[in-house]
Amino acid sequence: MKFDTPATTNPIDRLKVIGKPTNRIDGPLKTTGAAPYAYEQRDIPANAAYGFIVGSAIAKGRLVSVDTADAEAAPGVLTIVTAANAGTLGKGDFNTAKLLGGPDIEHYHQAIALVVAETFEQARAAAALVRADYARARGAFDLTAAMDSAAPPKPMFGTIADTAVGDFDAAFAAAPVTLDARYTTPDHSHAMMEPHATIAAWEGDRLTLWTANQMVAWSVGDMAKTLGIPKENIRLVSPYIGGGFGGKLFIRADALMAALGAKAAKRPVKIALPRPFIANNTTHRPATIQRIRLGATKDGKITAIGHESWSGDLPGGGPETAVGQTRLLYAGPNRMTRMRLAVLDLPEGNAMRAPGEAPGLMALEIAMDEMAEKLGMDPIDFRILNDTQVDPEKPERPFSQRQLNECLTTGAGKFGWAKRSAKPGAARDGRWLTGMGVAAAFRNNINATSAARVRLDKAGVVTVETDMTDIGTGSYTIIAQTAAEMMGVPLDKVVVKLGDSAFPVSAGSGGQWGANSSTAGVYAACAKLREAVAAKLGLNAADAEFVDGEIRSGDRRVSLGEAAGDAGLVAEDRMEYGDLADKYQQSTFGAHFCEVGVDAATGEIRIRRMLAVCAAGRILNPKAARSQVIGAMTMGAGAALMEELAVDKRFGFFVNHDLAGYEVPVHADIPHQEVIFLDETDPTTSPMKAKGVGELGICGVAAAVANAVYNATGVRVRDYPVTLDKLLGGLPAIA
Amino acid sequence: MSRRGMLAASAASAAVTTIPAARAKTASAQPAPSMARIALTVNGEARELELDTRTTLLDALREHLQLTGTKKGCDHGQCGACTVIVDGRRINSCLSLAVMHDGDTVTTIEGLGTPDDLHPMQAAFIVHDGYQCGYCTPGQICSAVAVLEEIEAGIPSHVTGDLTAPAEATNMEIRERMSGNICRCGAYSNILEAITEVAGRQA
Repeated sequence: MKFDTPATTNPIDRLKVIGKPTNRIDGPLKTTGAAPYAYEQRDIPANAAYGFIVGSAIAKGRLVSVDTADAEAAPGVLTIVTAANAGTLGKGDFNTAKLLGGPDIEHYHQAIALVVAETFEQARAAAALVRADYARARGAFDLTAAMDSAAPPKPMFGTIADTAVGDFDAAFAAAPVTLDARYTTPDHSHAMMEPHATIAAWEGDRLTLWTANQMVAWSVGDMAKTLGIPKENIRLVSPYIGGGFGGKLFIRADALMAALGAKAAKRPVKIALPRPFIANNTTHRPATIQRIRLGATKDGKITAIGHESWSGDLPGGGPETAVGQTRLLYAGPNRMTRMRLAVLDLPEGNAMRAPGEAPGLMALEIAMDEMAEKLGMDPIDFRILNDTQVDPEKPERPFSQRQLNECLTTGAGKFGWAKRSAKPGAARDGRWLTGMGVAAAFRNNINATSAARVRLDKAGVVTVETDMTDIGTGSYTIIAQTAAEMMGVPLDKVVVKLGDSAFPVSAGSGGQWGANSSTAGVYAACAKLREAVAAKLGLNAADAEFVDGEIRSGDRRVSLGEAAGDAGLVAEDRMEYGDLADKYQQSTFGAHFCEVGVDAATGEIRIRRMLAVCAAGRILNPKAARSQVIGAMTMGAGAALMEELAVDKRFGFFVNHDLAGYEVPVHADIPHQEVIFLDETDPTTSPMKAKGVGELGICGVAAAVANAVYNATGVRVRDYPVTLDKLLGGLPAIA
Repeated sequence: MSRRGMLAASAASAAVTTIPAARAKTASAQPAPSMARIALTVNGEARELELDTRTTLLDALREHLQLTGTKKGCDHGQCGACTVIVDGRRINSCLSLAVMHDGDTVTTIEGLGTPDDLHPMQAAFIVHDGYQCGYCTPGQICSAVAVLEEIEAGIPSHVTGDLTAPAEATNMEIRERMSGNICRCGAYSNILEAITEVAGRQA
């Protein structure tokens, strides 16, 4: 099915199942420990051995030798794989650095060896006996120092380095009110709870990988390319994923090394990356340095808006696209955005939840707060005044839906924004300085081709098969809801099977495209199944109704089970997209509100309240969508107040590479969180009329927190995270 | 120069000398693993295991008893995903060797309830959507069950105001006591509501 004209009324609009707050159908498995994650698969060949990876102790240079003699002689060791005996390996399209290093080393903790042994304890002990000798080379590890050498990145995924409209320099110079500020965001780690893990088993020349992976088809392709085997020979299974956030979009060392280890040991091999290995071995969100310049008239109309961002990555890598939202979020006739990419020899930078917008809005939405103060305006009024209903760089493109102003005003009313003191440092609650902050949320919607197969059996049960993944997003449930709505059956008559490359290729989970895209694929397959049911009964699908487990047409009512018969019916289709996303700018919007208390004496920051108001198309399952947003608000709170991979600029690695050193929010950090979804359907996105929401939720959160801290204290922190040491010097004197 | 700087400098100079060849041939003999026999009562069932003494309680459960509901998130006592209840108290099973638990009684997530017969805490997590990816969830639920028992038993926490009064299952008491269980999906607000509901039912 091709989606190339805006949706009209369709069976999803019945909203009997779609749009209802629905408990996750995988809940009973997940809450009882019965959901099998990658390392826990039972349906695998017996006699699996354990792999333990050895990582490089240098960031850049050459492996002179790897002495494996002691490790090989250790009890239980079956085999040791290094670049020297692994054979010729390619590199996947989505990997920047090789997953097995040697002789060249590209980053710290790049895998250099795998020890396979009978038990985990033996593999771990033997891995400690592998001795590597290195020739260390000088590397670049400091983004600030590398700024001057940064160059325009080559276009990736349609993102270009520079854009310009009008004459930014002249307009900025002429503007009566201006802001010119520099912001920094640090490197962030996904820190998903399930470590990257894989079980690999060979049967002849055919490889099966049970792994934790967001993008099944991408990863089959990259594994085939890396191993130099046909992708038809690879099956990848990823039914449950213990969090991804972008960190599991690609095959990583666990998958490749398990495949190589299983081949060498002639046994299945299971590997989970040790937690202290993950931050440096896998990918992270790259740090940014951002300069934002705003020029406005005295009454607050933006006349010039400029956003520049610098980030770094390994050779061949890409930029953190932190200026993306600035091309679309606010009006203004004179515009300039610019991205520069430096070569850094730190571990590989890549996508983490809302890549681009998350760190971009961390800076832009502080800048908007600062500018509002310079103008003497309320920061909500300032944003509303500079709203645009068209793409400001290409005004012929309207937004398909844009309710940013409604998000801001709805949130202001609900949060009690009128009680905020415009003067910072003016509100007290005992020993706490209190303040409120706001920020806009913005994230583009992306639609991706997605396919599914649906089966109908004689019991009237609909089974959906697609390689879509559920990384905590609720895919199982919204796909079941979609099939139930389309076929007119209750939710308990739907079975959903996900995450297997034997199933039709889906959009996968990333870029908040999963929900709308994967359900649209299920819609297409169900539309075909409806036709098959009608055709089998000699009915016209166009005027048939699918209600209460029956197909009804004229006087005829036949149960779906009866229609399917003993043989059952099966249909498969995919949803593809025309040019609606070119004609319309499809984006999601929101407003984040935060109240903080800052201890007047110690500078301790506590978040007291959080509210998000989102406008993101049809909300397929308000319960799971709300969870996506509160989870993203929590990650945003982490970005605001604590998350920072500390770079050792001498040796080129992230120092705090575990969950003790890399702090993420815990229960005591997070208050009750409120989420409001504005009523919206977007007929330009798909027959589901939905958009993404899981990344929108993090966009702007950190700035709302930082703005609240400023409102509480009068101390403006432009370098994240906002920690108390950055406040202490500027706190009001204690009376 | 720092200690690490010294080590790195000497490693770099070693690379251009000839140390590897000198030591490459002589593989030192490693002793065979030390094994021990232990008995556990797990989810009401007597189990006997012969284990490498380096095996953690977590790996004994996951790799030897196939009770994979207990999760390994960090293996360093930093995340709480491996929380189980041993002799009535919650512990991080990754920080405890199995041989330290000979004769102990262990309750894991599988022992609290099953998909067809949910524990009230499991049911409350489902209703309040107190999880997303589900990987920290067994640890959160085991912790939550034990937290309410700790409060019931009058065990104070860092945020207990009055040590002489009975502890109550307030929001801050629950948040404080649950803070060893990280949820990166960020379901905390919903988890609190689930625990509060169960606390109310028990009260």
